[in-house]
Amino acid sequence: MSADPLSLTFAALADPTRRAILARLTDGAATVKELSAPFAMSGPAVSKHLRVLERAGLITRGREAQWRPCRLEAAPLKDVAEWTDGYRRFWDASYERLDEYLRQLNEKEESDGHGKQRG
Amino acid sequence: MATANSVGETTFTTPSDREIAMTRVFDAPRALVWEVHTKAEHLSQWMLGPEGWTMPVCEIDLRPGGAWRFVWRRSEGSEMEMKGAYQEIVPPERLVSTESWGEDWPETLNTLVLSEDDGRTTLSSTVLYPSKEARDAALETGMKDGASVSFDRLADYLRSLS
Repeated sequence: MSADPLSLTFAALADPTRRAILARLTDGAATVKELSAPFAMSGPAVSKHLRVLERAGLITRGREAQWRPCRLEAAPLKDVAEWTDGYRRFWDASYERLDEYLRQLNEKEESDGHGKQRG
Repeated sequence: MATANSVGETTFTTPSDREIAMTRVFDAPRALVWEVHTKAEHLSQWMLGPEGWTMPVCEIDLRPGGAWRFVWRRSEGSEMEMKGAYQEIVPPERLVSTESWGEDWPETLNTLVLSEDDGRTTLSSTVLYPSKEARDAALETGMKDGASVSFDRLADYLRSLS
């Protein structure tokens, strides 16, 4: 595995401007100029954010040199969603297993006799 | 609501800008819940996530500064590693440790607090991220609102930020 794509996605998402850019792109493709408009930011500054998003595979850019419209790419976001959904499922499933495990330990303790201290 | 969680229900909250917290009630005394979180032979029995995973490596050096390292393995062979170090150990109520999934991930500071009431134990596990941005990146992936996270919801969330 080279440069773990999920890490790239997380790094790209950990910036409010880039999240806002992605949010704008959920409404459809846009040019750098259109994307710069809502931010008090120069074209080159926005382009820098776009390069990070592009590297993370979160957007693709058109070929036309002048306009190069940016388009949102869903797949990496879906991976992130699946990853944390996994995190939650991890703990839910683990804690369910712990409920059962604690029950077994309690029973074992009772059958081992009262008053006996755990080591 | 005055009452805490009922047994068998995990609640996710955000106590501050940089934190995510999980709360859950167990029908067992606190000393036992502490034990199953701090002894390798217990942890490897339950901290396994969904079906299909085992924990072949569970190393615990339970002292301040001591390291811990867990490795999970899936039946088809893929592995997942998590490690960190213990910072504060107050049996049977408080355990503070660092946690990292690897160099690319932000190291978090995790605090486990156990309280007992009428034979039941309330577990509270708080994860502190290095920045609000790192926390939000984790959050916006859907830990907060629970139900299964879909891309649609993520897209809605991104839209709500604009």
